Amino acid sequence: MQLTLWTYEGPPHVGAMRIAASMHGVHYVLHAPQGDTYADLLFTMIERRGQRPPVTYTTFQARDLGGDTAELVKRTVREAAERFRPDALLVGESCTAELIQDQPGALAQGMGLSMPVVTLELPAYSKKENWGAAETLYQLVRNLLKPQAPDQPQHDPKAWMAVGRRPRVNLIGPSLLGFRCRDDVLEIQRLLTVHGIDVGVVAPLGAEVSDIQRIPQADLNVCLYPEIAESSCSWLERSFGMPFTRTVPIGVGATHDFLVELHTLLGMDSPTGEEGYRCSRLPWYSESVDSTYLTGKRVFIFGDGSHALAAARICSEELGFKVVGLGTYSREMARSVRAAAKELGLEALISDDYLEVEAAMADAAPELVLGTQMERHSAKRLGIPCAVISTPMHVQDVPARNSPQMGWEGANVIFDAWVHPLMMGLEEHLIGMFRHDFEFVDGHQSHLGHRGGTDQAAEEHSPSPVVMSHEEQGPVWTADGEAELKKIPFFVRGKVRRNTETYARQEGRLEISSETLYDAKAHYKA
Amino acid sequence: MGANLRKESGPREVFCGLTSIVWLHRRMPDAFFLVVGSRTCAHLIQSAAGVMIFAEPRFGTAILNERDLAGLADAHDELDRVARELLARRPEIRTLFLVGSCPSEVIKLDLARASERLNEELQGRVRVVNYSGSGIETTFTEGEDGALSALVPFLPSTDKRQLLLAGTLADAVEDRLVHLFARLGIETVCSLPPRQSTELPGVGPGTTVLLTQPFLSNTARLLKERGAKVLSSPFPLGAEGSRRWMETACRDFNLPGDRVAAVLDPLEERARMALAPHRAELTGKRIVLLPESQLEIPLGRFLQRECGMELVEVGTPYLNREQMAPELELLPEGTDVTEGQHVEQQLDRVRDQHPDLVVCGMGLANPLEAEGITTKWSIELVFSPIHGIDQAGDLAELFSRPLRRRQLIHPALHPQTSNPSIHA
Repeated sequence: MQLTLWTYEGPPHVGAMRIAASMHGVHYVLHAPQGDTYADLLFTMIERRGQRPPVTYTTFQARDLGGDTAELVKRTVREAAERFRPDALLVGESCTAELIQDQPGALAQGMGLSMPVVTLELPAYSKKENWGAAETLYQLVRNLLKPQAPDQPQHDPKAWMAVGRRPRVNLIGPSLLGFRCRDDVLEIQRLLTVHGIDVGVVAPLGAEVSDIQRIPQADLNVCLYPEIAESSCSWLERSFGMPFTRTVPIGVGATHDFLVELHTLLGMDSPTGEEGYRCSRLPWYSESVDSTYLTGKRVFIFGDGSHALAAARICSEELGFKVVGLGTYSREMARSVRAAAKELGLEALISDDYLEVEAAMADAAPELVLGTQMERHSAKRLGIPCAVISTPMHVQDVPARNSPQMGWEGANVIFDAWVHPLMMGLEEHLIGMFRHDFEFVDGHQSHLGHRGGTDQAAEEHSPSPVVMSHEEQGPVWTADGEAELKKIPFFVRGKVRRNTETYARQEGRLEISSETLYDAKAHYKA
Repeated sequence: MGANLRKESGPREVFCGLTSIVWLHRRMPDAFFLVVGSRTCAHLIQSAAGVMIFAEPRFGTAILNERDLAGLADAHDELDRVARELLARRPEIRTLFLVGSCPSEVIKLDLARASERLNEELQGRVRVVNYSGSGIETTFTEGEDGALSALVPFLPSTDKRQLLLAGTLADAVEDRLVHLFARLGIETVCSLPPRQSTELPGVGPGTTVLLTQPFLSNTARLLKERGAKVLSSPFPLGAEGSRRWMETACRDFNLPGDRVAAVLDPLEERARMALAPHRAELTGKRIVLLPESQLEIPLGRFLQRECGMELVEVGTPYLNREQMAPELELLPEGTDVTEGQHVEQQLDRVRDQHPDLVVCGMGLANPLEAEGITTKWSIELVFSPIHGIDQAGDLAELFSRPLRRRQLIHPALHPQTSNPSIHA
């Protein structure tokens, strides 16, 4: 058993639902108890969709368990196939159905249905949502394209030149309940159009079964969301010889690298390095003097693998922040996140344990948290500004306005969203100088429009027992030391407290006075 | 009984009882709800409540993993470990609810025994109780019935003459009702659930129970077993229902009728004024209520009798005929009341009938709106202060608002091309 206050991902069948609901003409029969239909709300409320997800649940109840639940599965499959007449049918189980083992996929395969039936084996007690989505997309692509696969995979991504048409690529990975997929797709389509590259199939978002069958007709695959698409892209590479891109175009530098990779694979001349400066506003905004105070701001990053990696690069190379924590809940991406963390001189946090992430965050004492909806909870507890960069998300991160993360416009959106929670420069200076104001008090952020800003109690309030448990008894702060500490501007106070305590411990001092604090400050040159 | 009762079975679109945690955690802030289940259960609750940002979580899930299922880890040891870990983090918790789920029930994990054992270990510092919120056993609000049932054995015994209001009420509504009962002459009024889980009301032969909510079958039964008298009455929704509900208690307390009338008449008069604008909006409109919370029958009764609506179909997930009898008697002859659901067939009926308003869950609300059918999402009804004579206007407003909204924005959002342009 694992104590879970917040879970970073849903169960794998929610990933399968994301694939089915993203597509047209695919229906999903899900063997699940009454109540699991809550997942419909993810699509009708969070994604605000105007149609029901294409999912039929068996919704068995306790009294059905005494009877023939297998018969219930067959009846549900029959009714769903007749009513919705899908082009392909997915059949699978939720966690409770997995326990009673009715083999719904095998039952459906034996019913002589006219459409392709894809059986989903999604182990709910060991795998999670993104894995479920990736596996479902992979099984669907494989089932639909297997008959087409050549004996010897041969595919030339430069064939478009000989045929005399524009190069054509597929965008693989965008889905409902992904982070800003809707606008990322538009942004990447626009970007590719500018470079004379056509988009063939976008899948799963908006694709039909016939679109999946057209995938091999493109020159290569763009793997936009590796968490969802990498297994399908690899299979397409193995079976058809189609190469795929590895760079995720989030951030100005990454978008440039993505364009270079894509052009190289397609045999085109690489674009110039100044396109990003010309087409995105992030570079100038970040260079302009108003952004100078952003230099060295301590940031803690956590999210899915792709978004965390992208954020780390943007923070350190494009915004001039100092990354003091980097981690992901995507175990599949652990290796690359570890490598990125190492380059930043950090140890990557690979965990799906919310409490562990909260403890690491408290330990790093950042001035900004870039994370998921879950990090907003811990950031609130610790009184740290926070922006959301990755799923899990809630309804406010499916906005009406255009808000991609990818490409040039994505970088603009990112600049605004990540800088917004920080205290504005002038206010930061004035609060550092005058601490006796009746309105602009410690921790207050007047641009966020509410009184008092961060709760004063949040910083003073002793860290949670979980956070404290691994620390031994530390040196004691004198009244004079505490008073000096209070003079440190709010957002760096946590770091200064920690540094001073570490220093005092190293030096074997039992008390921390104002002098100790200044000693530590000089010692750490900060 | 005039209603036309029928049963339907098939696919259902309802919440499981775990969802009750979403409001119970606010009613009793010193309690913690630990679900023993799967990642699906954890995902359900956080999808429902996670839009709020919690500095201190009030609920969590002990997620079963493969070792637990394979029997490699002793489930009871594991549960003890998780509970200790949690209580170390949150020493201020006073009541820990172990909430059963579909997975924990299918594998027959004995949470009753676990809570007994933990109670022994914790020696009264924290009270541990258990109930089931699984989808296979419970639908939505039945989770509250489970939670309150779990508390009943812990209520202190008392012989005091008192009125007990059973079922979650909004704080302001509770205060108002207590005040009104005092004016009527009932001095001791207490509530289950209380606002602090440690302040449980007493129960005994002197206790008269008024159910504020229609979904408390099991709680009512257990209160009876503790010697309390549970009154049978329409539920306190709308001016009429609330008045009958209060009068039922007054009769049991032998209060003089003229005094009761003197207190309630002005309230009812005022409620009529508050209802008037909504009644104008709702009269003659046709409504379907899909099954969700068991509030559907009292709501249908209120909307028909006090707001003039026409009931096309009233669905309920579960019908306790004895408890609902006073409500059913107030429905017009031949009202179609459906217990259970086949969601596809029910939606076919909705589309055929094309009612003016459909009360439904959030999984169906936006899709029906996109088809041009106005909806009122039903969950809001368990999150809103709707009980009592004074709330009748507010309750009606919940139903008139979506209709008024459509009238307000539809013309501008769907302009007719024939309209002359302002520049023409």
